Amino acid sequence: MPDSTQTETVKLTIDGRTIEAAKGTLIIEAARQSGIEVPAFCYYEGLTLQAACRMCLVEVEKTPKLQVGCTLPVAEGMVVHTDSAIVRQARKGTLEFLLTNHPLDCPVCDKGGECELQDMVFRYGAGESRFTERKVHVDEKQWSPVVYFDAPRCILCYRCVRICNEGMGVGALGVANRGVIAEIVPNKHDHLECDECGACIDICPVGALTSGIYRYHTRPWEMHHVGTICTHCGDGCRTTLGTKNDRIIRGNNRDRSGINGEFLCIKGRYAFDFVEHPERLQSPLKRVGDTFEPISWSEALSTVAKKFGEIKARGGKFGVIGSNHTTNEENYFLAKFARQGLETKNIDHHRTGDLSTFFDALSGKNNALGTAADLYTAKSVLIVGTDLSQQHPFLAFQVRANQRHHFAHVYVVNPGPTREDKHATAVVHAQKGGELAAVESLRDQIKTAGDLVIVFGDAVQGDALRKLIAFGDSLGVPVKYICLVDYSNSRGAFDMGLTPRDGGMSREQMIGASDLDALWVVGANPLKNAALASKAFVVVQDLFLTETAKRADIVLPAASAYEKNGTVTNVCGEVQKLKHAVRVMGVKTDLEICGLIAKEMNLNLGIWLPDKVFEEIRKTVHGYNVPLPILATGGAAPTAPLNGRVAALPGAVASAGDTLFTSGSLSKYSKILNSVMESPGRLFDEPHKSGQGPAARGQ
Amino acid sequence: MTFSPELEERFKRFLAKYPGRERSAVIPMLMYAQDEVGAITPELIDEVAKRCGVQSLQVDEVVGYYSMLHRKPLGKYHVQVCTNISCMLVGGTELYEHAKKKLGIGHKEVTADGVFSLEEVECMGACSWAPAVEINYDFHHHITPEKLDALIDGLKSAKKAN
Amino acid sequence: MLYNEPNPNETRVISQRFGLPNSASLDTYLANDGFKAFKKAYEMKPEDIIAEVKASALRGRGGAGFATGLKWSFVPRTSPKPKYIIVNADESEPATCKDRLLMEYDPHQMIEGILIAGLATGAHHGYIYIRGEYRYLIEHMDKAIAEAYSKGYLGQKIAGTDFHFDLYTHSGAGAYECGEETALLDSLEGKRGVPRMKPPFPAVAGAWGCPSLINNVETYSTVPVIIRNGGKWYHELGTPNNGGTRLLCLSGHVNKPGVYEVPLGYNMLKSIEVFGGGIPGGKKLKSVCPGGSSCPFLKADECDVKMDYDSIAAIGSMLGSGGMVVMDETTDMVKVALRVMRFYAHESCGWCIPCREGTTWLRKILQRFDDGGGRREDIALLGELSHNMLGRTFCALGDAAAMPTISIVEKFAGDFEKRLAREAVLV
Repeated sequence: MPDSTQTETVKLTIDGRTIEAAKGTLIIEAARQSGIEVPAFCYYEGLTLQAACRMCLVEVEKTPKLQVGCTLPVAEGMVVHTDSAIVRQARKGTLEFLLTNHPLDCPVCDKGGECELQDMVFRYGAGESRFTERKVHVDEKQWSPVVYFDAPRCILCYRCVRICNEGMGVGALGVANRGVIAEIVPNKHDHLECDECGACIDICPVGALTSGIYRYHTRPWEMHHVGTICTHCGDGCRTTLGTKNDRIIRGNNRDRSGINGEFLCIKGRYAFDFVEHPERLQSPLKRVGDTFEPISWSEALSTVAKKFGEIKARGGKFGVIGSNHTTNEENYFLAKFARQGLETKNIDHHRTGDLSTFFDALSGKNNALGTAADLYTAKSVLIVGTDLSQQHPFLAFQVRANQRHHFAHVYVVNPGPTREDKHATAVVHAQKGGELAAVESLRDQIKTAGDLVIVFGDAVQGDALRKLIAFGDSLGVPVKYICLVDYSNSRGAFDMGLTPRDGGMSREQMIGASDLDALWVVGANPLKNAALASKAFVVVQDLFLTETAKRADIVLPAASAYEKNGTVTNVCGEVQKLKHAVRVMGVKTDLEICGLIAKEMNLNLGIWLPDKVFEEIRKTVHGYNVPLPILATGGAAPTAPLNGRVAALPGAVASAGDTLFTSGSLSKYSKILNSVMESPGRLFDEPHKSGQGPAARGQ
Repeated sequence: MTFSPELEERFKRFLAKYPGRERSAVIPMLMYAQDEVGAITPELIDEVAKRCGVQSLQVDEVVGYYSMLHRKPLGKYHVQVCTNISCMLVGGTELYEHAKKKLGIGHKEVTADGVFSLEEVECMGACSWAPAVEINYDFHHHITPEKLDALIDGLKSAKKAN
Repeated sequence: MLYNEPNPNETRVISQRFGLPNSASLDTYLANDGFKAFKKAYEMKPEDIIAEVKASALRGRGGAGFATGLKWSFVPRTSPKPKYIIVNADESEPATCKDRLLMEYDPHQMIEGILIAGLATGAHHGYIYIRGEYRYLIEHMDKAIAEAYSKGYLGQKIAGTDFHFDLYTHSGAGAYECGEETALLDSLEGKRGVPRMKPPFPAVAGAWGCPSLINNVETYSTVPVIIRNGGKWYHELGTPNNGGTRLLCLSGHVNKPGVYEVPLGYNMLKSIEVFGGGIPGGKKLKSVCPGGSSCPFLKADECDVKMDYDSIAAIGSMLGSGGMVVMDETTDMVKVALRVMRFYAHESCGWCIPCREGTTWLRKILQRFDDGGGRREDIALLGELSHNMLGRTFCALGDAAAMPTISIVEKFAGDFEKRLAREAVLV
């Protein structure tokens, strides 16, 4: 029997080299696969073909004219020349055309040094220009706090139009006019109303689209680049931070490292600015009456240690609330501190998805945990109770790409319109509680669509969650599940044991208890909308004087995720490494703070270096014995939670309900998130409801 | 936006031509709406987008592409003089220069009273009966400067009589 | 009244009803062989209809001259998708003004041709894409279509048969590029008229992704007579592989410009004399543009040539759309080149770099030249830049701009030399 997985290949010759490529491969790709560069501006992997820039013209023997490398598939026996005299001449001619109306203002252009046009002209262009006529000029425009557009620099490769329409599903950019005055235009006549994600800026090969955040701050070669994990939502996107003099100048992921490739939303690309918000805490504070006074670290730490020690000695009641932003190492150390050091079971964090029921319901099943990669490859995806594009922009991007590239079926069950509706096979609007009936109504369609990933939000918890998994099990097709959680390390917080298991108090119970003696809050804001019932001694570690910090007796200024090393676990359970990008004066990482308090209390909780703590995690936390080389090289290592019964936890599970433009308490301190007109946004209120997208050419 | 009953009727007919593919009606709707509204206004773009089930941007893109769609109002009589090759060879260029003087306006300009606008246009398909002029949608063949004067003067007096 | 007097030397096949009283009415059409071909075609197998069209050696009259029967055979009849007959009535190739007449004088002939195409391809819907400037023709065709519906020649049970077909007009809005068949499809779909990538060809994935047959007005209008009289009969009117007659749009420096129906293979010089009545003032011929401004221009000594696709191609030009421009010895070819390039720069859709930037650069050089700022090196540059567009653009518009320019610069370099700025000024 023939092996159906084996792809048919053809043999061809490129520049004298015999190459074997899968049938259907485009010449440009076949050449690249064998190390031959065919230059192109408009060709972009994953986006629709344009054949507009004409840079990829190659010579194919037995054809009368030059052929388009980005649209012509390979064929058996084809003989291709990518570096013949005629091809070189054609490239030179096209670049010469391209530069006629280009301003050639490289010395003051933001893209200088990393401009594809510069590189192309350097490699393939002519040394001088024969153009002596007047250039077409129009003034630069600002379309939003994020996006600036300088039309004369634009080469009309339509990458921006396509990434916005196809990649983001927004379609906020189009093309106006025709001929030499054709130019990219925003969707609201003179401004943009969009995700403000900046994908158009990053994908722009020239300096036509520039960002209001980065422009004119530096030359690209003056920056250091640090690849770390975005600290906002749980999708675990890698953002590469460009830093200079301990300032983050920009974020992007142009090197496509990480699970997200080039994808980032506004938070991953630009919302690093909270780091240098003027209200950032840079000194420990001590409550004096109704106000705070700065104190030294040593005074602060000894005060906390002393107080904790006293309360412990008299058998007092502790409450410990951890964070879903801090690292696994910090969470692990904090949980250990609470259980072994303070001898309390009252440990919790803001739980945004019902992971305990989820893992319990999956007990005995193998291969049931879906990842972002699965969302791109599965034949079908069922989305229940989440505005995926708003709450999990990368996962939504994956689903869109899957639909676009593989014609995946997308089924949506939600209380209101979401962006996913536009490319969904079926959409059912169901209010809270009605999700399962709605899912059931799609049964016949879903069960014939092939392997499935079910993604669900906090609307599905407890009994409903068990029923949803029973539904998946009954379909007779392979099903994987993603239980959505918010924030950069909710999953890690759960896995590291920041949970009130074995009879501990939940977050709500700690806040509501009148007899609590001490409350230790690390990187969380539980008192945002609640008052502490007790007169407990409160210690808060945070970046800002949050509502919770304002109730503290001692406030300890903490380092943000961009200022530390460690690991975090994304919404799909993959562990990735955080890398220290900048230093902020006066702050300490939560791990160091906890370690120092332990030391002051003479507790032996082990070394508090991230790598050492992670070693311990690998040995003791189920499923975290991940291969270190994956992490060390910037990869995402999947974890496997305990495959067995998991006890139910007390307390509430609720999503933070963040949109593209909010990020819990953190978004308050991001200037950029607050300055875009779309902020704060709303869930289940998709503004881009209709239409097939603008000029980019669908296939 | 409200339109005349005739235009509404026409829109209905247009949309019925392309069942399930209403986007196809965008260009015909713009062409006829422009005649009634006077120009392609942002409001008109939004309205056509709404009626055809597309984003305004998608209509905006179209407006910029087609040379007969105008964002600024034209004169009551839009005088289009062809100067493309067949007309040029038999006096089209001179005819256009004459029209500029006669109306006192240039390419894509409108007379102060808003009665006339002028445009040098590309081949309008009257090459064998050149030089040709199209006023609004009426073709005029074998036009000399004198004939053009007579045409324009005729329209002027017709306008006064109104 | 006809726009120009007919000429007794014409071979009137598709223009046979021009000039009849009420020639546009269905009654006139029916009284003069109308719908005989449709009824005949209805009794034929689709493949036999296509075979007949192939036998006629009819080649697309829009300009490219692709074999019509072959094009029809590409439409997958068995496709479960709806199929569409699209009429390219976007006549905008400079010097071309024939489709106007076919729609104005004999709309039902075209409608019958469309219906026969429907029978051959299994299509039941048609759209006539008419350029926006032809508003009066859109209304004229709407009336003809309404008349055909009211008398049973469109809609259900056409002419008493079981065939049904719905036909609509569609207005363009001013864009030469929409004459390119895939740009026309995008425009028909309500988008910018930017051409599509091929493959897939429209026959497989055309309007709204469905199989679509796109032909020019004249091509469809020719079909009824082919079915009525047979492909062989039609073929023999012309030359081998270049069947039949076509409407020649004679313009420029001739005494009797006009649209005349001539058999393919008619001698070009003879046509200037016989139909054009010679060049005014007894002036000498300088150049002929044989088929619309996209074709390479010919020198006078190249014009003793048969006007059919193959013969014109043999001397390096194209028969094109039938728009033949005659230029006498007084013609300034710099002005001609400039006017031609102004057109293409204005009409370039802007999609691809060489056409977008190339046409504008060339226009600017030619404008400077015409304004008196020409430099000797510009002459070579004009040719070189045109060659940098030729064969390298997304669609044929780049070629259409390059070819006439190359021919003018090469063949009439003297006109450019004469217009050079005084060298002393440049030094």
